Amino acid sequence: MRALRVFPQAVWEFVAGDDWRTALGVVLALAITALIATTSVAAWWVMPIAVLGLLGLSLRRSSR
Amino acid sequence: MSAAELALFFSVFLACAVEAVEALTIVLAVGVTRGWSSALAGVGAAVAVLAAVVGVLGPALTELPIDVLRLSIGGLLLVFGLQWLRKAILRAAGLKAIHDEQAAFDQETAQARAAGHRHAGFDGYSFTIAFKGVLLEGLEVAFIVLTFGANQHHIGIAAAAAGLAVAMVLAAGIAARAPLARVPENTMKFAVGVMLTSFGMFWGAEGAGAGWPAGDAALLVIVPCVLAVSIAMAAILRRASALHPAQLIGRVPGEDAERLSVNA
Repeated sequence: MRALRVFPQAVWEFVAGDDWRTALGVVLALAITALIATTSVAAWWVMPIAVLGLLGLSLRRSSR
Repeated sequence: MSAAELALFFSVFLACAVEAVEALTIVLAVGVTRGWSSALAGVGAAVAVLAAVVGVLGPALTELPIDVLRLSIGGLLLVFGLQWLRKAILRAAGLKAIHDEQAAFDQETAQARAAGHRHAGFDGYSFTIAFKGVLLEGLEVAFIVLTFGANQHHIGIAAAAAGLAVAMVLAAGIAARAPLARVPENTMKFAVGVMLTSFGMFWGAEGAGAGWPAGDAALLVIVPCVLAVSIAMAAILRRASALHPAQLIGRVPGEDAERLSVNA
């Protein structure tokens, strides 16, 4: 039972690290990219903007 | 070797070298302080676990459809890359302690001495610390080798880069018989953060169905742009922290050597 609780927690810590907001932001950015890609509009620009914003916000939180 | 293959080799080599340097410091500290047999047994056990992880996940990953692979792996690489990059920028700006292998070694050695009397034969403390150190540092290496390799269908190149990095660090450690404090670890982490973020962004967008202008050649623009933005952010933060000197942080011994999460 303990392993069932500890393993997902270890995976979460390995993937999300100490900044879950950035991980969530990446997922959202990819979802928006996928959504726009289904239309006739180019979707490549979403990720660079998202990365710029997520990195900036993450740095702002860390440097406070 | 193509530009993409060279970038793959370079990224994996740097990431593996950084992690190997950190693992070497931990193993050296317990080996020197408490004896080598149990420490090396811990290293062997960790390597066996890592080999099993690569052996199971490697073939499974290559079976996934390419878009699913790129979306999931691109996303994961981006999450990892942004964390490496954030910490590297904070270090470059003087807002996070620079990782110092000599200080980490001194701290590990002191802890090993304080851990109590060592009985003859198997030393559980040495085994556990060496096992944990190599496994935690190695898991990220295994992840980078698998993801970069599977995505470009070059697990062989990725594995060769990882093997070369570990062999070079090991040889240097044996020659020096000391932690590799002169390796430019923080610069290497900055470079790895830039590469992971760039490739993660590129593959993630492709996996989500977006097409980059100029295809793979877009990476030749993405990587320098991510590097330039990161350097600019570090400069801005350094300037801001100069106005508020209380935020500045110096060298702290092994500030992240015992972290649970091995990200950067």
